[in-house]
Amino acid sequence: MTNQQQVEQGDKKQKVENPKVKSIKDFYRRLKKNKAALIGFYTILILIAVSIIGPFLTSHDPNSTNVTERFQGPSAEYWFGTDHMGRDIFTRIIHGMSLTLGIGFASVIMGALVGIPIGIISGYYGGRIDNIIMRLIDILLAFPGILLALAIVSILGGSLVNVTIAVAIYAIPGFARIIRGSTLAAKKLEYVDAIRALGAKDGRIIFKHIMPNVLSPVIVNATLYIASAVLTAAGLSFLGMGAQPPTPEWGAMLNDGRGYMYDAGHIAFFPGMFIVIVVLAFNIFGDGLRDALDPKMKK
Amino acid sequence: MSQESILEVKDLRTSFFVEGDEVKAVDGVTFDVPKGKTLGIVGESGSGKSISALSILQLIDSPGKIVGGEVHFKGENLLDYSTADMRKIRGNQISMIFQEPMTSLNPVYTIGQQIREALKIHRGLDKKDGTEKAVELLELVGIPSPRKRVTQYPFELSGGMRQRVMIAMALACNPELLIADEPTTALDVTIQAQILELIKELQDEFGMSVVMITHDLGVVAETCDYVAVMYCGKVVEYADVKTLFKNPRHPYTVGLLNSLPRSDVDQEELIPIKGTVPAPHEMPDGCRFAPRCPFATELCHRELPNLDDVGEGEQIRCWIYTDEWDGDPEVKVYDPERTSEDK
Amino acid sequence: MTVYIIRRLIQLIPVLLGVTILVFLLMHLTPGNPAQLMAGENAPPETVERIEDRLGLNDPLPVQYFDYITGVVQGDLGTSMRYNTPVIDEVGDRFWVTMELAIYATLLSIFLGLIAGIISAVRQYSVSDVTIMIIALFGLSMPNFWLGLMLMQWFAINLGWFPPTGWGSPSQVLLPVITLGTAGAAIIARMTRSSMLEVISQDYIRTARAKGVKERIVVYKHALKNALIPVVTVVGLQFGSLLAGAVLTEEVFAINGMGRLLVDSIMNRDFPVVQACILIISVVFVVVNLLVDISYRFLNKRIDLNE
Repeated sequence: MTNQQQVEQGDKKQKVENPKVKSIKDFYRRLKKNKAALIGFYTILILIAVSIIGPFLTSHDPNSTNVTERFQGPSAEYWFGTDHMGRDIFTRIIHGMSLTLGIGFASVIMGALVGIPIGIISGYYGGRIDNIIMRLIDILLAFPGILLALAIVSILGGSLVNVTIAVAIYAIPGFARIIRGSTLAAKKLEYVDAIRALGAKDGRIIFKHIMPNVLSPVIVNATLYIASAVLTAAGLSFLGMGAQPPTPEWGAMLNDGRGYMYDAGHIAFFPGMFIVIVVLAFNIFGDGLRDALDPKMKK
Repeated sequence: MSQESILEVKDLRTSFFVEGDEVKAVDGVTFDVPKGKTLGIVGESGSGKSISALSILQLIDSPGKIVGGEVHFKGENLLDYSTADMRKIRGNQISMIFQEPMTSLNPVYTIGQQIREALKIHRGLDKKDGTEKAVELLELVGIPSPRKRVTQYPFELSGGMRQRVMIAMALACNPELLIADEPTTALDVTIQAQILELIKELQDEFGMSVVMITHDLGVVAETCDYVAVMYCGKVVEYADVKTLFKNPRHPYTVGLLNSLPRSDVDQEELIPIKGTVPAPHEMPDGCRFAPRCPFATELCHRELPNLDDVGEGEQIRCWIYTDEWDGDPEVKVYDPERTSEDK
Repeated sequence: MTVYIIRRLIQLIPVLLGVTILVFLLMHLTPGNPAQLMAGENAPPETVERIEDRLGLNDPLPVQYFDYITGVVQGDLGTSMRYNTPVIDEVGDRFWVTMELAIYATLLSIFLGLIAGIISAVRQYSVSDVTIMIIALFGLSMPNFWLGLMLMQWFAINLGWFPPTGWGSPSQVLLPVITLGTAGAAIIARMTRSSMLEVISQDYIRTARAKGVKERIVVYKHALKNALIPVVTVVGLQFGSLLAGAVLTEEVFAINGMGRLLVDSIMNRDFPVVQACILIISVVFVVVNLLVDISYRFLNKRIDLNE
């Protein structure tokens, strides 16, 4: 063997010692290659920035009504026009951005915080516990799409907080199932058996060895869930069961607008367009993440 | 070559284009398949032997592409053929069987449907005649109760049975050339012998020529008449099978034989070839084998030798057997005892 | 196969029980006294008590659940608090309106999704592939109620091609079906594409090519049938979300279906009707999924031996 080859092999050994660092670097490298995913990522960052800074920069008040300026089309003064109460739609959208993003993030984080432990317990311990948990999940999954959230909101009553809770509960079964699957896969890895044979405690195995393995499906699914959480929450508000007037929530704004489709379609158009932008950004980013994290897509 | 060749591959080049890089999987491969005989193509994984075989039938998928060379089948260059003409060759005059019998059959169609397909395309047989012929073929390849089998799906058959089905399918139109790409690698040892035996019997019966792709020199010894040894996309030695085993000349062939337990030669120990196959993007400039070759000189590292005729139909790609050789003149003689002492 | 169907039917029982328990609890978790709600805020306590007795609200919960489930099995879904009529009459035809809407939308999404997905996969990375996938991504990201309103504004209000609201005539059906079916079509297109691409790289596709099979037949005979197997499951799940999504579509186009009834009843706190609507939609969804699972088994012959 030549010296050069020996040196190279030495290098490889060092890299192997820290697989996590390598995979994160590897992940960035692959994410960078996925242009669409990067666009999604930057769009999300911009949206977050706008939701924080934007409200300070708008020239109108989101809730001040002006009867004489009702149903104005887009203009230099009112970029997206005014609604049926003469409020500036652009200002309301900017002020509503933090609500939409907030509901999306909060509900998914809540759903993940409940769903992930359930999935790990189910997958790791298996047997009877797994069976019971999975049957309960099956029952929750028997309420398709927005129906479960609708049922929950009908109990709790309509408000933004309740919508967030409803959407979070709606996300739990999905998380639990995916995490259970990844946990089962991680449990099958030979080294987990070896560690257990060495006498490691369950808690340690779960946190040190199972968790890192389920992390990437969690991230991918959380991203995609934010997209559907935003859609569901907006849907509930559109039905009048979420944000109450005069909150500038986009779904509720759409609901305001639908009564004036004949004369002022822009009232419904702009909030919807922004829902599309937010959801699209998370979907694109989630797709890209999945491709970047999926071992099948390597190479 | 004195005999008539059914297939002559000349300077075949197939590359894969990944992210702007060209990976030369098959890098100027040349070999002949004498009519009615079996040519073995041996090499480690990644040597380009399977890609060479797929290139013959132009079954290379994107991002792979045949970038040069000639494939003469019965005197005509297949690379000049149109796609439609090529389809008439495939499964008809040249058939192929693959390494993975478990995944090489379509899971959603019956055995009968899959065998009938080639018969319908190339012979125009209808369903009834096709089924009769399929039953006949299954019987020929030694599948019990063939009439029942034609209505079964691949999942109902074992790996060995599936490989027999693949062979039946390949033989459907009496091909003149059968390309077998590691046909036994995925099978149990006992089944391996049966399948090889079957291929041999059928070859004798139909006078087919066979290209046997394998990494297993045992398979070569059992089934082949001629052997092409491949390393890193190139043929390094071409000889008839007896010569190759008795008097291997290329250091890589010698290395392969030394790393294998043999009953016909006294061996003190098995000697693995040092080092590993170079990655495609780290291909040496000179002889591809030079970094691992015990005899390599500065010349070997610098320049690539040609595949030269060394007499008696044997071809070798190695500086040792040329006039330019600047190393130890003694190494030309193969002696397992001496090479093992070297170590 | 029969064994499998029977086993699946048995598995269905706990799920259906669970669904009915949850739906039953809906009413009891709700803050406020249903009897008070029914009688009205200013009703005398005697009236409220009478209603409580009649509804069995003073019985222990398990007894109430038992009464409820016996009623449901016999087709008695309770009495609407608002109209004081049997819930089953309220749901009645509206159920079929919603089913029609969901079925048409599912058919549309299968049709468009399959065609788009196949084109995309066969011409991977081509202009048509990229275009289809961008459209699909939009389809997936659009709230259907917004899409519905936009379609209504353009094609019904501005162009006047279709009536903006209602259900029944073919011209009324088109816009709601597109509205509801778009997201499903997008999902099926994406699924078909990735499934096709995965199948196309399988060994048996190479075998077919090695036999001399034409490329078109390789794609449509050898690849497609395998690629459709995973798509079938998605179709089942899609039908469920379309059923639920119908709630929003019906709101947009003022279609008198079960979804709209559900929303109205939630607004008016007419809980027996809410219960009934949620129960019916869930049961339909569960049954459809069962049928899909069975047909999946039927299509995917490989699984049988393994179990």
